[in-house]
Amino acid sequence: MRQWDTLAANRRARLARGQAMSSGKIVDPAMITALLEAVIEPGDRVCLEGDNQKQADFLARSLTRVDVTRVHDLHMVQSVLAMPEHLELFERGIARRLDFSFSGPQGARLARLVRAGGIEIGAIHTYLELFSRYFIDLTPRVSLIVASSADRAGNLYTGPNTEDTPAIVEATAFKNGIVIAQVNTLAESLPRVDIPGDWVDYVVVSPTPHIIEPLFTRDPAQISEIQVLMAMLVIRGIYAEYGVNRLNHGIGFDTAAIELLLPTYGERLGLKGKICRYWAMNPHPTIIPAIESGFVESIYSFGSELGMEAYTAARSDIFFTGPDGSLRSNRAFCQAAGHYACDLFIGSTLQVDLEGNSSTATLDRITGFGGAPNMGADARGRRHASGAWLKAGHEDAGASRMPRGRKLVVQMVETFRERMQPAFVERLDAWHLMEETGMALPPVMIYGDDVTHIVTEEGIANLLLCHDAEERAEAIRGVAGYTPVGLARNSRAVENLRDRGVIRRPEDLGIDVREAGRDLLAARTMKDLVHWSGGLYNPPRRFRNW
Amino acid sequence: MNAARHSYYEATARQRLAALLDAGSLHEFLGPAARVTSPHLPVLGLPVAFDDGVIVGRGRLEGQPVLAAAQEGGFLGGAVGEVHGAKITGLLERALEEKPQGVLLLLESGGVRLHEANAGLIAVSEILRALLALRAAGIPVVALIGGAYGCFGGMGIVACCCDAIVMSENGRLGLSGPEVIETVAGVEEFDSRDRALVWRTVGGKHRYLLGEAQRLVADDLAEFRAAARELLRAVRPLDLATLEAEQACLAERIARYGDCADAQDVWARLGVQQPERLPLLDEEEFLQTVAPAMVRNKP
Amino acid sequence: MEHLEFDFPGRPMPVPARAQVIVGVVSSGNLEVLMEKVSLNGSCHVNVDTVITGFGRIWQAVLSDFFARHALSDVRISINDVGATPAVVGLRLVQALEDLQRGVS
Repeated sequence: MRQWDTLAANRRARLARGQAMSSGKIVDPAMITALLEAVIEPGDRVCLEGDNQKQADFLARSLTRVDVTRVHDLHMVQSVLAMPEHLELFERGIARRLDFSFSGPQGARLARLVRAGGIEIGAIHTYLELFSRYFIDLTPRVSLIVASSADRAGNLYTGPNTEDTPAIVEATAFKNGIVIAQVNTLAESLPRVDIPGDWVDYVVVSPTPHIIEPLFTRDPAQISEIQVLMAMLVIRGIYAEYGVNRLNHGIGFDTAAIELLLPTYGERLGLKGKICRYWAMNPHPTIIPAIESGFVESIYSFGSELGMEAYTAARSDIFFTGPDGSLRSNRAFCQAAGHYACDLFIGSTLQVDLEGNSSTATLDRITGFGGAPNMGADARGRRHASGAWLKAGHEDAGASRMPRGRKLVVQMVETFRERMQPAFVERLDAWHLMEETGMALPPVMIYGDDVTHIVTEEGIANLLLCHDAEERAEAIRGVAGYTPVGLARNSRAVENLRDRGVIRRPEDLGIDVREAGRDLLAARTMKDLVHWSGGLYNPPRRFRNW
Repeated sequence: MNAARHSYYEATARQRLAALLDAGSLHEFLGPAARVTSPHLPVLGLPVAFDDGVIVGRGRLEGQPVLAAAQEGGFLGGAVGEVHGAKITGLLERALEEKPQGVLLLLESGGVRLHEANAGLIAVSEILRALLALRAAGIPVVALIGGAYGCFGGMGIVACCCDAIVMSENGRLGLSGPEVIETVAGVEEFDSRDRALVWRTVGGKHRYLLGEAQRLVADDLAEFRAAARELLRAVRPLDLATLEAEQACLAERIARYGDCADAQDVWARLGVQQPERLPLLDEEEFLQTVAPAMVRNKP
Repeated sequence: MEHLEFDFPGRPMPVPARAQVIVGVVSSGNLEVLMEKVSLNGSCHVNVDTVITGFGRIWQAVLSDFFARHALSDVRISINDVGATPAVVGLRLVQALEDLQRGVS
């Protein structure tokens, strides 16, 4: 006779073993490793909360200290490999298998570990894919999460940096898993309840506040003239052209330049109220001038950004905030919003090939995807219409007889990167990475057939208007400048494409390149951003000289 | 917000000089077309600049004849090499002959250009000698400091030997660079990556409060120009009385603030209200806030 | 360091406001461009001194496009380059030409 409640019974057994190490739900920090040894079983699927910004660092360190004879061969599922401890688990044999999404800071070490055979990678996902699998075939048995504060009943306040926590806890708690939370403080009452105590089994106060990184802060002082030029091209040639009101901005100096040009260049073109009103994006400090100037109606965020807490709380008409006043973010919902409710995605990349496939893969690192592919893709499941979506769909020369809309997916890249490395290549490094590490596919960030526009300092290539692969390749060569790929262009074909509007140069859009200077930025320093915010933005120390 | 302001900080040396002098009045000596470049850098496989990173010439400031030099911080951090130094020295010696209304030195330099070793050291000392000769002749020399690279090393000494210094809060004036201090004295003593600490210690606001910079202006070319114009009238005679007064001032500074661990302690002891707020204030609010203390403490 | 020289046929141009101009700074990722009106029997000459070696072909292409787009004659261009990308090089050339023709404001 099959037993149908084995997970529930097993959960009760784990909790029974954990009872000695806790007082109600509260675990003394000195007992945390013992607790982990008690409630985790060998071979468990464990989610260790490593988000984009916040990290369950105390729990990560504690997990590296478990007795490997008691806890071993774990299958780790987590969004981001950010800390050295995340990989130490594999080096020590505590963990064996990994499913994840992004590993930026640990990319090189991960590559070495893979080559040495010290880790089994299940798959590299996007964030939304990974969260989705938590509910299908990668459900965590135990989740080690991070929150700002808790009360004795286990209710959690995750605050502005809520990020991945709700998705993780929902999947774990409702499949009879164990949820262990590290918090900065234990409080009598919380500003608001982000995760109900019913869903949380253990709470430990970590000796130091959890790590949190300001990943989305870009100092305007570092924005170059070329980035200003490209931002002008995007605003004029795409946002204004298609009337883009709902969009997602990825991270980077390119998008920061666009944000800082809205109150100046965008205003001058009479675009306020006509573009950039609704956003799926983190609270980039560089969006402050556009908000203060009246361009922005609403922003929903994946996470928060260190230093923006007071500003977002004071702008509750714009940001999503709770009854307590502080920001609420949610990576899963924001990814979905960015995918289905936005008409445009824009991001930068490291390499582009002649199909328009782009990749950030480099030979000695395994970095993964993060969330870009979720939003940097046509939303084929979308049905509601908008002006921009219909216009792009109408332009789609390769469309079938059934008319559809198209999401604008824009890749922004300078033709040459640092040390004169070309961004445009015949063959992506991603192929080499696949061959070297035995991946099933080359790790492509954005697929060429999803890309609608490529923007370089040379202009905009509109891939929607290309009839076939050959035209597409020539259009890409036409904006690839003096890279080997660009120099191999058929000049006559490129001129023809320009006549048709497939390629548009700055002068075709009324842009004088000599005007592209830092003077055009609404804010040129971190201090300018602070002044724009009325003193509410509090940049992290590394960005301040005061 | 930045509408009318043109940033001194963001401008190149050439742009700064053009903005500070009357339009079209600059006549450049040994300009880039003369190609008097460093003989040392090519030996090291390094690029040269046609003007060796400094512009020197004659112009007018509100109709008054002035000589001026502007260092380009972007080229080797504005460091002084043989040619660069000789151009400045030559300018100062020329001022002794031409007797302009004054000399403007737009300084942005890490000091001696180490690549040029002794030639660089000699160059800086020759600048100092020519400067002091000019001071002895009663021709005002005003230093302007507001660029990204600051004014350090031998050029820091040069600045302090001028009649007056104009700084913006972005500007830094010191002798040893922050990284050098950290290397020699240890990170507990001075963490050079703590930018707030660095600016508190050598930035324009602190230099103003200590009386080393006579004017603190906004990061704005027009404000630098106006301050320069005003200070060209403020000659400090280079005589024994002045030197003795300066010495007394420095001795009193040590007596009053010698035990202060941080610039903020100095500001508190100066009697400034809420000293911790000073770094964030824009220069207008800053000047209003510190005015009472500056009046009280005038040497 | 690499030294490169190029010659281009000239095309008649309006009389410039200045005899020589210089733009840019010799700093990382940047370059200075000295543009002078000199007697070259109508043609144009370019000298490049650059820290990045092996990109002669790209300099040739960038300069060819510049001379194809803008009419210049009896002009000598001298460049000190510290690894500027073609985008920055193109920008400085255009800035220098404008200053030469209209005078620096």
